[in-house]
Amino acid sequence: MTLRRHPPVWRDKDGSYRVDLGAEDRALLRELPMQLRQAVAANPKDEAFRRLFPPAYADDPRAEAEYRSLVGQELSESKAQALETLAKTADAKELTQEELDAWLRALNDVRLWLGTVLDVSEDEQDNEPEDPPHILYYVLTWVQSLVIDALSGDG
Amino acid sequence: MPTAAPVEIKRPETTEVTGLARPWKVIVWNDPINLMSYVTFVFQKLFGYSKQKAQKLMLDVHTKGKAVVSSGPREKAELDVFRLHEHGLWATMEQDT
Repeated sequence: MTLRRHPPVWRDKDGSYRVDLGAEDRALLRELPMQLRQAVAANPKDEAFRRLFPPAYADDPRAEAEYRSLVGQELSESKAQALETLAKTADAKELTQEELDAWLRALNDVRLWLGTVLDVSEDEQDNEPEDPPHILYYVLTWVQSLVIDALSGDG
Repeated sequence: MPTAAPVEIKRPETTEVTGLARPWKVIVWNDPINLMSYVTFVFQKLFGYSKQKAQKLMLDVHTKGKAVVSSGPREKAELDVFRLHEHGLWATMEQDT
């Protein structure tokens, strides 16, 4: 008889989500979002964050400035909130769907930040550098995939 | 009991026909960081698309470099772009030509 094993992130029968990750992975999930949050707050226009705040109107600077003044603040706050939720619940064994959704967006933003700084390209899949920053990136990619599977009912 | 006579409400004449005639389209561009499974998931979540439709759009983004994921009046397009940006997708909008 084989024991049915759950993936590290899964949806329980009661609709809540369970997280079974190691201490090292959880430490990353606690620390990286706060680092990103602080770095964005200090210098939101930094090139490293261009993927977090892409323009809506690529060819119309005036419309873009108007749009940004309307929703820029709201977008920054929404992202900051998701990062904070991830950092605060990084050690949780049980999450609500809302919290796991914040994990998903926050993990993606941290990956967008790291991936931009590391200049990740699509053909790296065949040739993965193994220095520490890249390894962080792969761990985040792995956790994000687990979260996607759990939320799409594939976990 | 007397019934109130229906009041005729005069609607203002619509003059801005041009703005209504040409819808805005929301475009998502390919990037090397967002996961294919993530992009598919976001299309399903934000637009209520079936997995099949979301996957087809994601593959268009991946192989053709971009795809139109929604369209409509300017306000709707701006809201869609905002929600896509909230999810970290590279979305822009432009008016149909």
